[in-house]
Amino acid sequence: MLQIIDLAKYYNGQPVFSGLDLNLPAGRFQVLLGPSGCGKTTLFNTLTGVIPTDEGTIIWQGQTVPHLGSLCAYMHQKDLLLPWFSLMDNALLPARTRGRDMAGARVRAKNLFSRLGLDGYETHRPNQVSGGMRQRCALVRTLMFDRDLILLDEPLSALDAITRQRLQHLLLLLQTEFAKTILMITHDVDEALLLADDIFVSSSLPMTLIRRIHLNQPKPRAFDDPDLLHIKADILAHLVKGEAV
Amino acid sequence: MTRSGLIALGLITFLLAGWEGAVRIWAVPVFILPPPSLILTTAVVQAPLILPHAAVTGAEIVLGIVLALATAIPLAIAMFARPVLEKALSPFLVASQAIPVFALAPLLVIWLGYGMASKVFMAWIIIFFPITVSLVQGLKSCDPEYRTLFTLMGSPFIKTLAFLYWPWALPRFFAGLRVGVSVATIGAVIGEWVGAQQGLGFLMIQSNARLQTPLVFAAILWLAAMGLVLWTLVGILEKKIITWNT
Repeated sequence: MLQIIDLAKYYNGQPVFSGLDLNLPAGRFQVLLGPSGCGKTTLFNTLTGVIPTDEGTIIWQGQTVPHLGSLCAYMHQKDLLLPWFSLMDNALLPARTRGRDMAGARVRAKNLFSRLGLDGYETHRPNQVSGGMRQRCALVRTLMFDRDLILLDEPLSALDAITRQRLQHLLLLLQTEFAKTILMITHDVDEALLLADDIFVSSSLPMTLIRRIHLNQPKPRAFDDPDLLHIKADILAHLVKGEAV
Repeated sequence: MTRSGLIALGLITFLLAGWEGAVRIWAVPVFILPPPSLILTTAVVQAPLILPHAAVTGAEIVLGIVLALATAIPLAIAMFARPVLEKALSPFLVASQAIPVFALAPLLVIWLGYGMASKVFMAWIIIFFPITVSLVQGLKSCDPEYRTLFTLMGSPFIKTLAFLYWPWALPRFFAGLRVGVSVATIGAVIGEWVGAQQGLGFLMIQSNARLQTPLVFAAILWLAAMGLVLWTLVGILEKKIITWNT
């Protein structure tokens, strides 16, 4: 569904990444994992069109596109809800900024609120509800983008264990219930292991894919799964090696 | 009443009582330093005389604020939307602050006359700067992750401004407005000192020349009260608009 071919970005003549190839089949949860400072944010901004690409092709459903800015939705570890809007108005934001059919959007948002257990909280402000509810509202908003591809930006890092587990379940809903294709970019190995179907391990500067790992452990996964710990050791070894190069 | 309120009340009572007592004990002539009781009575008894002047000064201040808002908000938004513009204009803004505005007052009277226009202009240039600067800073303080979110929603600038940047900047905007409102009175009064036919500043100069010191103090009292009312109004407006916790 999404193909990234030979993507490159340079800063002052130095490649942040070059010759980057990624292939995302529909409905899969793919993770690009690299060390901190590997150019994760640059890649993210390049893919979303915040900064221009220097080389390469992005093919979306058979069509070459300049970037994914208008094709993907975005979810972050912070809920990024606007404190001055009610939960419903926050969820309607994607529709409202594009000036789409608001009545239809309202009905869809209402259904999603029911599905995610937010019934009766439509008029609450974000600061009036729990962190978990805010995250669910952020998920509704992500779905209201009405896009098949979702970019995740380190969604679970820096969260405590309980929140992390709760959010992991929510993010998996994106794949299982709403059939989205997901690309997550992170430096957090545990986060990758909990969520991914495929992990692309990259080295830093230039960001180069050094290993691809396929995971078929059922989800949701537990931290202490011996298989995962084994894979984690392998990934960490590669990350260290990648740093040394 | 809160503890801090009690302390403040105690302090002001002590100061006023000390003032009143000292003036009476040493029999200070009224034209040098009138006692607070006399100032208060003058402010009330002479209200029919003071009120028209206060209305003029109040109108000058309010017009100055309205003009400042009408110019500062569009300029701040333009500077935020086009960083080139900000870079080009900030030296001018800073330079305009380096000029002592009060030194311009006599010139303003020459250019704009003895009427209200020169005072409104004076108030306007004084308020304009804090509002513009605080609003630009407020707009720029917006979290980049929120910006990315709006970019990916395909939100046009005007909607991002309305839904994100503007509410985000409001607390700083109000901080700037508070500063502006409290200095606006100074601008108007200085303008009136230099040359005017009405207004509290004019009344003060006239009374001063005739050694009607209680009336000078009464005018200052009225001026302070007006500043306080404006300050409070801004506070109320802020509470009404910013209903979320930031």
